[in-house]
Amino acid sequence: MMQMAHEDIDVERIRRDFPILGTTMNGKPLIYLDSAATSQKPIQVIDAISNYYKEYNANIHRGIYQISERATSEYIESKEKLARFINAREMAEIVYTRNATESINVVALTWGNENVKKGDHILISDMEHHSNIVPWMLLAERKGATLDYIKLDGAKAELDVQNLGEQMAKKPKIVAVTQASNVLGTINDVKTVTKMAHEVGAKVLVDGAQSAPHMKVDVRDIDCDFFVLSGHKMLGPTGIGALYGKREILEATEPLLSGGDMIRSVHHHEHTWNDLPWKFEAGTSDIAGGIGLSAAIDYLNGVGMEKVRSHEKKLVRYVIERLSQVKGVQIFGLGQDGIDKRCGVVAFKLENIHPHDVAQIFDSEGIAIRAGHHCAMPLVTETLGEGALSRLSFYIYNTESEVDAAIAAIETVRRTFKV
Amino acid sequence: MDLYAEEIISHYEHPHNKGKMDNASISLHRDNPTCGDEMTIYLNVDKDGKVSDVKFEGSGCAISMASASMMTDFVKGKSLGEVESMGVKELVELIGIDPGPARLKCATLSLRAIKEATFIYEHKPMDSSTKSL
Repeated sequence: MMQMAHEDIDVERIRRDFPILGTTMNGKPLIYLDSAATSQKPIQVIDAISNYYKEYNANIHRGIYQISERATSEYIESKEKLARFINAREMAEIVYTRNATESINVVALTWGNENVKKGDHILISDMEHHSNIVPWMLLAERKGATLDYIKLDGAKAELDVQNLGEQMAKKPKIVAVTQASNVLGTINDVKTVTKMAHEVGAKVLVDGAQSAPHMKVDVRDIDCDFFVLSGHKMLGPTGIGALYGKREILEATEPLLSGGDMIRSVHHHEHTWNDLPWKFEAGTSDIAGGIGLSAAIDYLNGVGMEKVRSHEKKLVRYVIERLSQVKGVQIFGLGQDGIDKRCGVVAFKLENIHPHDVAQIFDSEGIAIRAGHHCAMPLVTETLGEGALSRLSFYIYNTESEVDAAIAAIETVRRTFKV
Repeated sequence: MDLYAEEIISHYEHPHNKGKMDNASISLHRDNPTCGDEMTIYLNVDKDGKVSDVKFEGSGCAISMASASMMTDFVKGKSLGEVESMGVKELVELIGIDPGPARLKCATLSLRAIKEATFIYEHKPMDSSTKSL
């Protein structure tokens, strides 16, 4: 038991750092089970942003005065922290964007435009978010390339190993795959996918929107060429996300946007690019966002990513155990024996009750959950054959008693609809 | 506010006018792609320009289905002009709940389909209130 206590995170202490968790929704204490959509923010992040505006708001990289120098160093420090957080080699490999979606678009519109040619294959998977589908679909349309999908296995929970091999045999130019599914919760073995892709000469983009906030990520161990994440899903503010790219690839790639800050020199008819990562960041950056993300990374490091992961595993094990005892509930993704390959996302269906009705009744109980196709229509509507699903998703501030409240809300749904 | 009032649940469980109609004057399919509600409306219009019969088929949430059940009851016997003049205000009065912004599209799906069908039937351009449903 002493060992357990040491491994567990102090959820009650963490909860006190999140002001929103002390509020109510529809007169009930807020129970937030939608962190896969966006996480809540600790006071340390809110204060970091507010302090920047109150104490040292200035533009970065140019002011020869103290507050500008402080803003610059805080912004750069945030990139250095993020580089260490995902184990990039250096800060030069961390480009800030608005979010993971923008990061993927940047890769498709720069590296993709330069390297994908007519007749090439682009490989993604059947469990991607729209953000990791549409930019590739458009790239394929622009170039006359073919977009292929790695199919799911028979249980519709994991990538099908045999199909993965078959798709790789087509020698795609780029493979873009999620590390953790926002619907199934499946954690993919992106290291193996990357190794297979590199063997056929493909570059690899890993979508870390659902993984980076919840588990230790090591981009050098994965060996992916690009990795993307969103700050707002990992305790940071909205408006800041990141694109990691291997230095040699970013150096060889032309930037998408141009203007101030991304150039070293401009003459009337020529220019030279700035160093990485600034080459990819035209105009004034989201300075407050970077500073907020920095505080978020500090917070996560303070908790420890191993502990974040083990806390979520514990919650997922508990929610699957409870949900599977409720009559008429169908859970999607891996079961109890697959917890090691499952992140803190549990999608389910209750009889034939529409998930919007489920979510509405949860709302009246003060519980925020997501219902719909979760921006993964090819997966939800075509592969799983469902119109919509309800989804519970967890983070460091969630508790087993909140899971109990969710189960009670399901009973309320059953009573309301008399099933 | 209770969205799932007894009447809503009752119409959802036992919808009125549900089913296909052969020889309809006009049928029209509409959906809410973001939530998966989908519905086909069948209208029969008599020689006096009145809705003599109406049916709907489809699937979706309780709000969309109950609203379709009540809306089809309501428009039966109404003139096309009366149907075309209906808006959100009339819909809210009819279904007895305020769906709120998040569920408005669910509640208005049947009204939108019925109104669009009448405009198409009459070969008239749709008015702005219908377009904005």
